[in-house]
Amino acid sequence: MSLTGKIVFWSALCAVLMGTFYEAATSSLLAWRQPVYIVAGFAGIAAMVFLLCQPLLIKGYVPDLPNAQARKIHRWFGGGLVVAIVLHVAGLWVTSPPDVVDALLFRSPTPFSVWGVLAMWAVFAAACVAVLRRRIGPRLWRVLHMILVTIVVGGSVVHAMRIEGSMGMTSKVILCGLVLGALIKTLVDFRGWRVMPRRRP
Amino acid sequence: MPENLFNRRSFLTIGGASVATVGSGLLVPARAKGLDPTPTMRGGANNYRPGAPVVSRIGGGGFWMTGTVRRAGDGAPLGGQRIQIWAHTTEGHERDKRSHGATLTDASGEFRLEMPQIVPAFGQAHGHLAYDSGDFETVFLRPVMRSSKDTSLRVHFVLKPA
Repeated sequence: MSLTGKIVFWSALCAVLMGTFYEAATSSLLAWRQPVYIVAGFAGIAAMVFLLCQPLLIKGYVPDLPNAQARKIHRWFGGGLVVAIVLHVAGLWVTSPPDVVDALLFRSPTPFSVWGVLAMWAVFAAACVAVLRRRIGPRLWRVLHMILVTIVVGGSVVHAMRIEGSMGMTSKVILCGLVLGALIKTLVDFRGWRVMPRRRP
Repeated sequence: MPENLFNRRSFLTIGGASVATVGSGLLVPARAKGLDPTPTMRGGANNYRPGAPVVSRIGGGGFWMTGTVRRAGDGAPLGGQRIQIWAHTTEGHERDKRSHGATLTDASGEFRLEMPQIVPAFGQAHGHLAYDSGDFETVFLRPVMRSSKDTSLRVHFVLKPA
């Protein structure tokens, strides 16, 4: 990558991250929220940021980062994503247990929680598949992981967009757009759909 | 006598007629004429605290929760009914005791209670209201504000005698 390319990549990424957290940190809603609720909100934002980083890492778009290194960070960020989601749900649970119980049982009145819970289970499943990839086999595990992360991204974007809460609207649209764009690019480039080996003629 | 009671034509005729009957609402059971009771909303009872005291205002006020209470069927206004109200506001969380209060309807079935500004919580700016006094069936409502900037919310109860 050219020097200009590198500068554009890092400054764009920094601008998105800083803008996202700045808009959330200056939200007027924070004044009326308990610390544990605020932590839950920021954990959700961190999860969305991980969703942007994951395809960039695994597709080798991060400048000057060798693939082996990028894969290692992808695995760490995957763990970070799971932790962020657990914090998000746990913090909301402490804030209002009946609302979280409703969401987890898919009987919540809010139309976005079902998408969030769907994305949560898909993240956990994608992480399990990744941990067990050697047993599952390389072809099947790649397809499974790809399908699951597609559900994760789709569910998370709908979840975030329909909520009035932790994220500012401008940064939410930008971050969700980038996450969706990165997913689409990864899907278009994905060559691993054929699960069974090709039969020789 | 035909061998088959159902051929393709009769099947399509009966099938089409059934769909039309159900679709046109002819199969809906006869309803008590007039106003249907308000059903409890999903999540309406979340963070409910039974027995909230009747107050002249919740906290510092600035936001108006208003509405009507009527009887199912004839729609007669119900006076003296106790409506309990709670929400996440600028002064406290839904679970906090200070966020809860109750008011009584006047003779025309209207209620009005001033409370602090409702702010979005769990993704939506919403309030909670309950009728739980026993003379009529219990109803829990969870209305969502059209905009979180709104400074009032109007809610209607139609109660069914218990």
